[in-house]
Amino acid sequence: MIRRLFACLALMCWCQAGLAQGITVQEILQENKTLVEKLSRKTIGPVIEQIAASDLPQAQGFLEALATKQVWQRRSDGLFFIATEVAKRQYTLSDPDGASVVGEFAKKQLKQLKPNSGVRALIATALVQFQLSDADPAKRAEALLAMERAPAADQLAPLRASIESEPDAVLKARKSRLERLLTISFDPDDAIRVAAIQSFDGDLGVDVRATLNPLVVKTLNVTAGDLPGDVNIVGIVKPGSDDLDRVQAYDLLVDSKLAPAPTTPADIRAALADHIDGTQVANVSVDQLSDPVIRRQAYDRLAEQSLVPTFTGEEDITKTLDDYTFYETYAEPSATVTTAANEALTTIELKVGLNQAFDLGLDAISLASIYFLAAIGLAITFGVMGVINMAHGEFIMMGAYTGYVVQQIIPNHTISILVALPLAFAVTFAAGVAMERLVIRYLYNRPLETLLATFGISIALQQLAKNIFGTQARPLTAPGWLDGAWVMNDVVSISYIRIAIFILALIFLGVFLFIMKRTRLGLETRTVTQNPRMAASMGINPERVNMLTFGLGSGIAGVAGVAIGLFAKVTSEMGNDYIVQSFMTVVVGGVGNIWGALAGATMIGFLQKGIEWGNPSNTLAAQTYMIIFIIIFIQFRPRGIIALKGRAAGD
Amino acid sequence: MSTLLEVSGVSVSFDGFKAINNLSFQIAEAEMRAVIGPNGAGKTTFMDIVTGKTRPDEGRVIWGEKSISLLSMNEAQIAREGIGRKFQKPTVFEDQSVRENFLMALKKDRGFLAVLLYRPSKADLARVDELAEEVGLANELGRLAGELSHGQKQWLEIGMLLAQEPRLLLVDEPAAGMTPEEREHTSALLVAAAKTRAVVVVEHDMEFVRRLGCKVTVLHEGAVLAEGSLDHVTSNSDVIDVYLGR
Amino acid sequence: MRTSFIAKNPSVLIFLLVLAVFTITVTILSEGFGIGLISTSFIKTLGKTLCLCLIAVAMDLIWGFTGILSLGHFAFFGLGGYMIGMWLMYERTRLIVTEALMQGQIPPTDTEIIDGIGNQIFGVVGSSDFPLVWAFADSLGIQLLLVVLVPGLLALVFGWLAFRSRVTGVYLSILTQAMTLALALYLFQNDSGLRGNNGLSGLQNLPGVEAPQSIVSMWFFLASALALALGYVLAAWIVSGKFGSVIRGIRDNETRVRFLGYSVESFKLAMFTLTACIAAIAGALYYPQAGIINPAELVPIASIYLAVWVAIGGRGRLYGAVIGAGFVSLISSWFTGGQAPDIPLGFYTIKWVDWWLVLLGLSFVTVTLFAPKGIGGLFDLFKKESNT
Repeated sequence: MIRRLFACLALMCWCQAGLAQGITVQEILQENKTLVEKLSRKTIGPVIEQIAASDLPQAQGFLEALATKQVWQRRSDGLFFIATEVAKRQYTLSDPDGASVVGEFAKKQLKQLKPNSGVRALIATALVQFQLSDADPAKRAEALLAMERAPAADQLAPLRASIESEPDAVLKARKSRLERLLTISFDPDDAIRVAAIQSFDGDLGVDVRATLNPLVVKTLNVTAGDLPGDVNIVGIVKPGSDDLDRVQAYDLLVDSKLAPAPTTPADIRAALADHIDGTQVANVSVDQLSDPVIRRQAYDRLAEQSLVPTFTGEEDITKTLDDYTFYETYAEPSATVTTAANEALTTIELKVGLNQAFDLGLDAISLASIYFLAAIGLAITFGVMGVINMAHGEFIMMGAYTGYVVQQIIPNHTISILVALPLAFAVTFAAGVAMERLVIRYLYNRPLETLLATFGISIALQQLAKNIFGTQARPLTAPGWLDGAWVMNDVVSISYIRIAIFILALIFLGVFLFIMKRTRLGLETRTVTQNPRMAASMGINPERVNMLTFGLGSGIAGVAGVAIGLFAKVTSEMGNDYIVQSFMTVVVGGVGNIWGALAGATMIGFLQKGIEWGNPSNTLAAQTYMIIFIIIFIQFRPRGIIALKGRAAGD
Repeated sequence: MSTLLEVSGVSVSFDGFKAINNLSFQIAEAEMRAVIGPNGAGKTTFMDIVTGKTRPDEGRVIWGEKSISLLSMNEAQIAREGIGRKFQKPTVFEDQSVRENFLMALKKDRGFLAVLLYRPSKADLARVDELAEEVGLANELGRLAGELSHGQKQWLEIGMLLAQEPRLLLVDEPAAGMTPEEREHTSALLVAAAKTRAVVVVEHDMEFVRRLGCKVTVLHEGAVLAEGSLDHVTSNSDVIDVYLGR
Repeated sequence: MRTSFIAKNPSVLIFLLVLAVFTITVTILSEGFGIGLISTSFIKTLGKTLCLCLIAVAMDLIWGFTGILSLGHFAFFGLGGYMIGMWLMYERTRLIVTEALMQGQIPPTDTEIIDGIGNQIFGVVGSSDFPLVWAFADSLGIQLLLVVLVPGLLALVFGWLAFRSRVTGVYLSILTQAMTLALALYLFQNDSGLRGNNGLSGLQNLPGVEAPQSIVSMWFFLASALALALGYVLAAWIVSGKFGSVIRGIRDNETRVRFLGYSVESFKLAMFTLTACIAAIAGALYYPQAGIINPAELVPIASIYLAVWVAIGGRGRLYGAVIGAGFVSLISSWFTGGQAPDIPLGFYTIKWVDWWLVLLGLSFVTVTLFAPKGIGGLFDLFKKESNT
């Protein structure tokens, strides 16, 4: 007895050893020879899994070879080999279980295994477990990425198995995150799925929402009787309520073949046209058919003769809808999972909302910086000197084109921008000084005429730029280190270029304040603005001060032009896009005050983003509403947000 | 005599600077009053408040027998109530003839439809001639106002004010930049005007004020410093302090 | 009194005479009514120019006389065009659609016709439903009323808001420019109800009128001339009397007028609204001759050109505005139409199509600087010489 027992044990041991050592890839292939030869996506699955699960070190290599069509069958004995072409129609075969070369064979002695894309996908899935534990971290990351893009149920087990042994902390975190996501989607145990859902509480990742949302997708169903008990029901919806359109409800009935399609006027027309008999349809003269009532009568008569389906109208629809119960179901059958998913989504959406608001705030700040940049030159010429310069937008354009020209000469973007900024300042400073000397100085204290003359200049400059640079937009490329964005999470991000513009705006503000408050020019400018005669009698040359101040304002517009050109198109008409906004910025903020321009830019920036957020599809409408808002705003604060008071403000 | 205009407890400040500080002021019908005071005493701001150009932070401005508050009215309404104002700088419509200037000022319906359909009647033209005669511009009616001399412009403006037939006339430095003869004419005009209406004259020139021969109010730092006859106020030690800076 | 108005303003009589002679000459030379020396397309250009002269008169009233540099009057012009364009397009489409549907086996119902029109008109913006603004498009009478009412109401509301808060001078100009920009941007949207940037087209065809374009263009030319004459006389009458004194007073010294007891705001508002209505009427006559209207016509730069014309012609005198608008717009179309001869410089050829705007811009600066009275100022020289 004992001997027999021992014998049995021994046999079992032998068997197990045989399973572990004796079975080779070749043996598995031979066992399933017909399936392998057929290589159909429907039947080959178990074979691939068997190979993958065999723990053989050569399994991965073989599967990869199979996927890349390197596996051939020898016609003489039906054995499978990995083949490499050595010469034309001449292949070296090597054993799938060891790399030992079997010999060279001609092509006609062999048959290639050609897996189709379905089979290759199966192989790829099977290979996942090998790749997840690959020695190369890059390969492992690649495998993870592939799984993140196309999650599948069968990835779950190999993924779980690979987490423990993962040496890289980052990859391990990614694996564990993916494991939880896959668990939510594919684990059979609801409790585990709920736990996984709860583990993502408040997570902002897009992947989490992409995993949770399909679970709670609602489908509209209809039943004539009681609600079925075996589905995850959201609730009953009444046709005609906010949740369910009547037409939509009836369409579902029509689609489910529970009700006849409603008869449309087009149906009636087609039916009548089909049954014209000479000049009559159903004893009604065709001439009369322009009246919908008569058409209906004729149609009903046709229906009585069973030539057309009976008329289905609004009353029939109402009656039919009353006979049925409409209810929505979740895509996910388990109610506990959908409840947990809904809860998680609510928290996530709240958090996403907060983050979106923050992101919007960042957008608004960057837009405000752009407006501020565009307006700051104007804040000097208009705000401080009281000169209306309608060619201000063209100075911005001039600055941007200067940047473009510099980039044509200096190919290095970083250096070219560093050269372009001072050069743009110089060019527009010179243009501003020339304009002040030639035109504006004759028109001080005649603001409307200044406005007109500078319009003339604006028209001429625009056309001149068009003649030189053509009508198409010219690129002004930002240096490489300004590419990309600072990503805080999946919701909040801000591009580096916008940060740079924000910083530039701050620098401008600082420079402006420094010049105005700390330099001789600033002092003289303020003096000349307040009382030119007094200033002149104190030995200040008002002409020189006006010239320099105007040049400064124009120069700053030029620098702003380079900055704006980095993210907007450089065209001869780009000035038009900024001139009205710039004036609005200055007027809304309060003329004669740099803080006013800042406040105005901030308000307009936030306002525009806010309106765009409320009506995301339509930026044109946003601009319209913003301008209307500004017109109304000026009603209440005609002198702007930061207003000078009293007699100093003048009339 | 009944009070025509009563300003009481009015204050106004610009950016923290108190231009008018708890000012009270009264004037009766058919009274002439001179308001003097150093620069920045609040003379012009006081006129701004009465004519509705500036809104005071606190206080009351009461007008006429019916005691209406002027604070809720705009400049045009106040002007139609019967308060005329002459600015420091002569402001006439230089691009239009003297006659047109007068016609515009004549007391008539100011509604835009009435103005649109208005054509001057014989009586109106006669009234204009009369006014021109009074201010000494009878020969200039057809000329552009811009071609007049500085003094003539001042008179035209005073004439236009008279044409408005106001019950209260606020006159800001009428004699500034005038020759002695012109001053005399101007003071005579004002004295004549004050016979039938209240006139408030803001003036720096003591000689001119003396010629007006009326009660004087001295403003300082937005408040009334002294009030009385010219001799009375000029002997007041506070006033001397303010003017001579002691 | 009326006789004295004409007697006091001989320039009005001269203007009417010149306009009459011009109109009669053109009629005699036209293809439609006369000997055919002037092509139909040029008749249209002349008719359009007359409309531009009319809006220039309106601009002169509001700017030259009242002192409000409005950069929004072309918006009212465009709105007037849109209002009449809606009827023209609706009615023409209705006739076409009805005829097409009548070809079918079964005569169409009213609903089918309206759906057909909707599809035709709004197909380009991916819709077929009539927006609310088209509610009266089927009625010529109401649309004609709207030509004046819509821009008038817009001017009234905007003007009320702006004048009430004492926005003056350049601030007001910028505000009107912003209003124009807002309107243009609104119309550029596809769901504005006015076909977005496609605008309205086919307006040159009078629905139900069989007459050829050569005749129709003459009708519009004569109507434009009549409108200009009436508008000019109205404007001259308004500025001649005390009303003229007051608005010129507002232009020169608003505060002073206020202290005279005039409600400056209501005068400004009345002028702003009135001129907006005149501009709208000019637009309603212009666009049927142009044949097409789209939001690009309304962008602020158009209103700026209007100011340019009036300034070059000489503001503050009505005939100056007419001369400016007529002269500049005709010479513009001559230069930009490619008829002007290019100037070869050897190393570079000056093409007027490219350089005309540069020239216009610079000459505008020159006029502002050196000849603030514009072309009209030349007449003063003649006057002075004839006086001496």
